[in-house]
Amino acid sequence: MQLTLWTYEGPPHVGAMRVATALTDVHYVLHAPQGDTYADLLFTMIERLPRRPPVTYTTFQARDLGGDTAELFKTAAREAFERFAPKAMMVGASCTAELIQDDPGGLAKALDLPVPVVALELPSYQRKENWGAAETFYQMVRHLSAAPARAQRQPLASDRRPSCNILGPTALGFRHRDDVHEIRNLLDELGIDVRVVAPLGASAADLARLHEADFNVVLYPETGMSAALWLQRQYQQPFTRVVPIGVNATQDFVKEVAELAGMEQVPDLRQNSRAGWYSRSVDSTYLTGKRVFIFGDASHVVAAARVAAQEMGFTVVGLGTYSREFAREVRDAAKRYGCEALITDDYLEVEERIAELQPELVLGTQMERHISKRLGLPCTVISAPIHVQDFPARYSPQMGFEGANVLFDTWVHPLMMGLEEHLIGMFRGDTEFHEDAAPSHLGRAGMPAAARSPAQPQTEPAQLFQVSPEPTLSPTLPPTVSPTLSPTLSPTLSPTVSPTVSPTVSPTSVAPAAVAEGAVVTTWGVDAEKELKKIPFFVRGKAKRNTELYARERGVPVITVDTLYDAKAHFSR
Amino acid sequence: MSPVIPLRAEAAACQDMPVLRERGQREVFCGLTGIIWLHRKIQDAFFLVVGSRTCAHLLQSAAGVMIFAEPRFATAIIDERDLAGLADANEELDKVVQRLLSRRPEIKLLFLVGSCPSEVIKLDLSRAATRLSAQFSPQVRVLNYSGSGIETTFTQGEDACLAALVPELPRVPQAAAEQPELLVVGTLADVVEDQFQRLFNELGVQVRFFPPRRAGDMPAIGPQTRYLLAQPFLADTARALEARGAQRLAAPFPLGEEGTTAWLKAGASAFGISDQRFEQVTAGPRERARSALARQRALLSSKSIFFFPDSQLEIPLARFVSRELGMRLTEVGTPYLHRQHLSEELALLPAGVQLSEGQHVEQQIDRCRSSRPDIVVCGLGLANPLEAEGLTTKWAIELVFTPIQGYEQAADLAELFSRPLNRRLRLAA
Repeated sequence: MQLTLWTYEGPPHVGAMRVATALTDVHYVLHAPQGDTYADLLFTMIERLPRRPPVTYTTFQARDLGGDTAELFKTAAREAFERFAPKAMMVGASCTAELIQDDPGGLAKALDLPVPVVALELPSYQRKENWGAAETFYQMVRHLSAAPARAQRQPLASDRRPSCNILGPTALGFRHRDDVHEIRNLLDELGIDVRVVAPLGASAADLARLHEADFNVVLYPETGMSAALWLQRQYQQPFTRVVPIGVNATQDFVKEVAELAGMEQVPDLRQNSRAGWYSRSVDSTYLTGKRVFIFGDASHVVAAARVAAQEMGFTVVGLGTYSREFAREVRDAAKRYGCEALITDDYLEVEERIAELQPELVLGTQMERHISKRLGLPCTVISAPIHVQDFPARYSPQMGFEGANVLFDTWVHPLMMGLEEHLIGMFRGDTEFHEDAAPSHLGRAGMPAAARSPAQPQTEPAQLFQVSPEPTLSPTLPPTVSPTLSPTLSPTLSPTVSPTVSPTVSPTSVAPAAVAEGAVVTTWGVDAEKELKKIPFFVRGKAKRNTELYARERGVPVITVDTLYDAKAHFSR
Repeated sequence: MSPVIPLRAEAAACQDMPVLRERGQREVFCGLTGIIWLHRKIQDAFFLVVGSRTCAHLLQSAAGVMIFAEPRFATAIIDERDLAGLADANEELDKVVQRLLSRRPEIKLLFLVGSCPSEVIKLDLSRAATRLSAQFSPQVRVLNYSGSGIETTFTQGEDACLAALVPELPRVPQAAAEQPELLVVGTLADVVEDQFQRLFNELGVQVRFFPPRRAGDMPAIGPQTRYLLAQPFLADTARALEARGAQRLAAPFPLGEEGTTAWLKAGASAFGISDQRFEQVTAGPRERARSALARQRALLSSKSIFFFPDSQLEIPLARFVSRELGMRLTEVGTPYLHRQHLSEELALLPAGVQLSEGQHVEQQIDRCRSSRPDIVVCGLGLANPLEAEGLTTKWAIELVFTPIQGYEQAADLAELFSRPLNRRLRLAA
């Protein structure tokens, strides 16, 4: 039994739903109790799909358990077939139905439906969502492929354009919609035809003709690898290994597909992205060596680490994943950047690691975004689990050359917001920028009434600066609004200010900073505390911790301005 | 006959009106979802679901934005090893509780919440609760209830939780036993609770609320207790209260000006408050509610509305929108129809209204499509797909999470229905 507050992945049948919903003419009959229908809202609310997921739930109740839940399943499956007329069906059990062992596969077989019926065995008490999606996709491909196995790779035809399939994108995937669009265009530019994209937008008939392509492009190994491996074994179809996230990886991807397509020359397309130049431009100097922590699914983390190190000039101080299936790849990547990989699905551990490392930027999932919010750190979402704001209305791929541009913008933006926040704080005392001053570009018209007539005494200072209360929030992410929750319930539960960035300053006293067992008690002197406040808030936490550590190690009882700068010199190395 | 509830001649016929009972796929939440509001109501209680990853995922998906707090609910996820041997499962559960309580020493009341998997493997959570209570007493009380989907629909989770609390309520001491006391039962938003508290105080009625905001502040009950249900989904809680001698005051539910007045009146009458005093206290807020509702009525009058089953609030809501806003009811679906608790409500529904209980979602969608209502009240899984078909929808869950009871919220409640219509008008223009 595992104590879980929040989970990175849903159960495996939700993975199966992501595949069913991605396919165009397949229906999934899920043996499940009342309540499991909550999963529909992931698709209709988070992804904003304008249609219901093609899933029928049997909805058994306690009183059915003594009776005939098997009959209930058969009725639901028969009715679903009649109503939705799918070209293929998937049948399976959710966690509870798995326990009552009704054998949906056998029951569906007994119905003798005139379409292929694929029985899914997804062990809910062992596996999770991404595995469920990968297994479902693999089973669908395996069962729907009618062509006989091949012993040799199909020779590349010289009289037609080479072709490939794109494997892995699903419903509810992080930017899958836009990634597919971007990579499809890239392949088209290279003169390669895309025959089938699957599961996203594929029909049952499309799954049956995957073997026709010369090779497969696996965009998302978490969901597409199992099927790609089987297609390789069965039809000698090779597949791509590079995930095209970032300029360099996209160029490597171009090289890889060019080889698989038998092209004689590999074009250098790196100029197609602005990100490379933006990163070299002098304006980006301040990005140098920014300490970044990365967490998410394995592919996005490994790719993001490479972009961070090679294309942004950041320092990767930590990375990790919740995808245990791909732990090895993440450990290898961690070695390359000289850090230790964190392989866990316990978000408290991730929070602890982030707090300990005090990075200057976090690239993570929605979970890390919330962790960062608490710790006052800038953060950008680069991987599932996701929320409604991760399905933007605009085109916003992560992959390919346009994807690299998106990465540049979305990673740099939260850092700029942090800087802006600091500047606003710094200039707050200036005549032009004090709290009662109108924005200078608005002239007198922008002033509050009280300020326009100086004879009157000043009333309450007006809030003129539109200071974002959440500086760590990337502007691409609107304030989190859960579609499932009314605003009246949500706001009180968000301690957005970390204790490390809001030291309680009392000008007349010194605050105890840290108490080590039996050791010296280190406190902050008034001047040092004032000096600390001049440090930008997004690095203040780190400065405070480092200074306290320095003082403790040296047995300095009261931190002075000198101690602060001694520590700064010591740690800057 | 109460002067504030103008019963109509056909009322009796309404109560006998036929109900369409359906079996099939239900597009509703399970009882675990109640944790989302219960954990915020009882501020020092913790809810530990003993279930699967699906349960954890449900809570997370339903709770959404609260993710960045360390919440006062969690899931002990059952894994393969727990399924192999129940003795081990109990041991594992004890370990999880131990870890939890050492992390969160402020917890005073811990609910072990049963789920579909824990019910099916027959993990006895009431024995576990007794065992753990003995171990952690007196710092922590451990109780249990089931929020499983095989037994509870959405708001029934609150019913199960409150019913589990009732035996824990202290008995009214002998000395005070002469003095009758009013108990309002069912979770209300704090702001609504405060309004009702003020109104009852002004009427001169001693009132307590259940559940309370803190675990240590449980109201005492006894045979002199008269209780008013604030929510229509509390069948088991009512039974448990009656087993302790408390008596229910029959009333419609406090939705809208009319419902709120009748509900308050039922409380006031039981405590011998004069009609004159009642008028004095309620005239102001009633007038405010009426004039605020008049504006909404102009927007909603004669519009047709279709309710999919969700929270059991559907019947009182249907009564409110039909009588106070002049809307036309096409179908009123409810997951479960408690005829006794709703008899005052049913009497106020217009004759010939189509009620349905349970659900076969596909057939119900067919009926909804063919009746083309002006607005559909439905769950989150259906709202966008129906919008995409050109229907206007209102998320049912917002009716549970938003303060809608009482005079001051009557117009807010109406606005929840008028806003989607208003929006569609603006976007069409």
